[in-house]
Amino acid sequence: MRMGRRVATTLRRTAIHAVPTVLGIIVLDFLLLRLMPGDAADVIASESGVATAESMAMLRQHFGLDQPLLTQLMNFLGHLAQFNLGFSPRYNMPVVDLILQRLPSTLLLMVTALALALIIGIAMGSVMAAWAGRWPDRILSIVVLLFYSMPGFWVGLMAIVLFSVKLGWLPSDGDMTIGADLGGWASISDRLQHLALPALALGSFFVAVYARLTRASMLEVQRQDFMRTAQAKGLHPLLIQLRHALRNALVPVTTVAGMHLGNLLGGAVVTETVFGWPGLGRLALEAVLARDFSTLLGVLLLSSLLVIVANLLIDLLHAWLDPRIEPA
Amino acid sequence: MSLLTVDKLSVAFPGHVAVREASFSIESGETLALVGESGCGKSVTAFSVMRLLPSNARIASGRILLEGTDLLSLSEPEMREVRGAKVSLIQQEPMTSLNPVLSIGLQITEVIRRHEKLSRRAARARAVELLDLVRIPDAHRRLDDHPHNLSGGMRQRVMIAMAVACRPRLLIADEPTTALDVTTQAQVLDLLDDLRRRLGMAVLLITHDLGVVAQWADRIAVMYAGRIVEQGGIEPFFARPLHPYSRGLLGARVDVDADEHYSKNRLSEIPGSVGSAAGQAGCSFAPRCPVAEPACRRAVPPLVALPDERAVACPVTVVLAGGPHGAALR
Repeated sequence: MRMGRRVATTLRRTAIHAVPTVLGIIVLDFLLLRLMPGDAADVIASESGVATAESMAMLRQHFGLDQPLLTQLMNFLGHLAQFNLGFSPRYNMPVVDLILQRLPSTLLLMVTALALALIIGIAMGSVMAAWAGRWPDRILSIVVLLFYSMPGFWVGLMAIVLFSVKLGWLPSDGDMTIGADLGGWASISDRLQHLALPALALGSFFVAVYARLTRASMLEVQRQDFMRTAQAKGLHPLLIQLRHALRNALVPVTTVAGMHLGNLLGGAVVTETVFGWPGLGRLALEAVLARDFSTLLGVLLLSSLLVIVANLLIDLLHAWLDPRIEPA
Repeated sequence: MSLLTVDKLSVAFPGHVAVREASFSIESGETLALVGESGCGKSVTAFSVMRLLPSNARIASGRILLEGTDLLSLSEPEMREVRGAKVSLIQQEPMTSLNPVLSIGLQITEVIRRHEKLSRRAARARAVELLDLVRIPDAHRRLDDHPHNLSGGMRQRVMIAMAVACRPRLLIADEPTTALDVTTQAQVLDLLDDLRRRLGMAVLLITHDLGVVAQWADRIAVMYAGRIVEQGGIEPFFARPLHPYSRGLLGARVDVDADEHYSKNRLSEIPGSVGSAAGQAGCSFAPRCPVAEPACRRAVPPLVALPDERAVACPVTVVLAGGPHGAALR
């Protein structure tokens, strides 16, 4: 019951904070994007190779790019109030449809990468802390240092070379086998196989971060008085570590993980490009190159929403992990 | 047979020896106070009994007999059967000795379910009884509280409830009231004493507060620099402390009724510091001792048994008292 009230408080607080935050982000993004030289009409004209001043003016008028800046912003906000993100001049379709097409695969990639990083990182960190200073700790420290210092895209490329090219175990491109027409388990297994390498590449850096953090905070917890209390009860060491130590050690790890969700979206641009993953990151990159501002604004809006939701989830997780953390 | 016999226990840390050949025993149902200043080895001695020393500490020699079983010879799984069931522990800081992220109900039931075959529900019912026993009001509603919802005194009561949950034969209380204010201190000690009688357990009370010792202990063992220098019943000890260190300790107490106040008179103290004897042979108290003789600085004086079941590690005092088994103390 107490938990329910805390969840309600957290939700209410997040809702109150979210609206002005998102609004601020949109206005700022909108204005910043206009600082970029060129617009969609320029890109389309240069790609077609034949363009006159008249046809470009027509394009601009068609996309509403000839309006004053403030009017454009007001139009955008007005549409947004009706949950309309506008129309993409580049893809010639509503931005909402475009994003909804890409969102699931990006979410799948991000959540899988983060979950993998957390699971592997926490497991590695716990092992390192349990054998601190001895050989399992030393070996894992080297592994962690490697993960920490290798850029994700390079890990991805090497993974492709090893697992796709040399060994031929896993596919290197896309999020499913095109035209395979699989059903049921075969389809799920096919998607998982496509997911493995990008998730590994995207998550490898974060594995290192979480492993180090878990190791440090597990070692910190060992010195606490309540650990001796738990030992004095005659509990098994494994139970003491899992029930008494790990839960205390997880609070800093989850805090950092929450902040990383935003980073992950940024990292996804590179990973999605390397693995030809049809996600939001690549959409954002293409939108920048095509000066497709309405698509880009849509992606940015969605990523800010994602970060807000992620923070909300972390707050709820914290409330569960550590009852001392009261919703502000 | 004594409930607990600690026989010539030595505990070493890298670079120094924290406890040197400490011997004492506790009878069933009695309270033995182990007193001494910070760093003299009280807590290390206590943790040795539970075999819960820091990982860099090593029990160098000695035996610890609990009801005739040498705890030092047990395997680690066997030792886990002893901890929490036969011997339990209350620590100094109630603020940090309970796990902040687990409910107190869970923390109490986990020790019950560890040592007794009880269902979750039965263990919870038992936990409520225990909270009642340690005089926590509204026990059934407190069970799902977390430590941060409770005051320091309440937390120490929860610690006590956990410690007595499986009716241990021996309760080790490591300065259980140092972190509490004076009124709460008296309540907690009163509770401990009451439980000791009701559950028939012995208490090893570690403290540096002689007032607490005078009121709550049956016997006392005084530690100085890792050695036990004097042992005996409370009444003879306070009536006539034998070891020069004990006399210094009692002399340093401030009796406000007798007009002893720093604004009126100079307070008495034991000159020097514990570190004075570092690296020296002989009695470690000798550099601060008013009655030390040259022999004191050559060999460590052994703990000599005296009448009245007292013992002291000071040859000068032993001679003054009329020899090891002299007819009467001076």
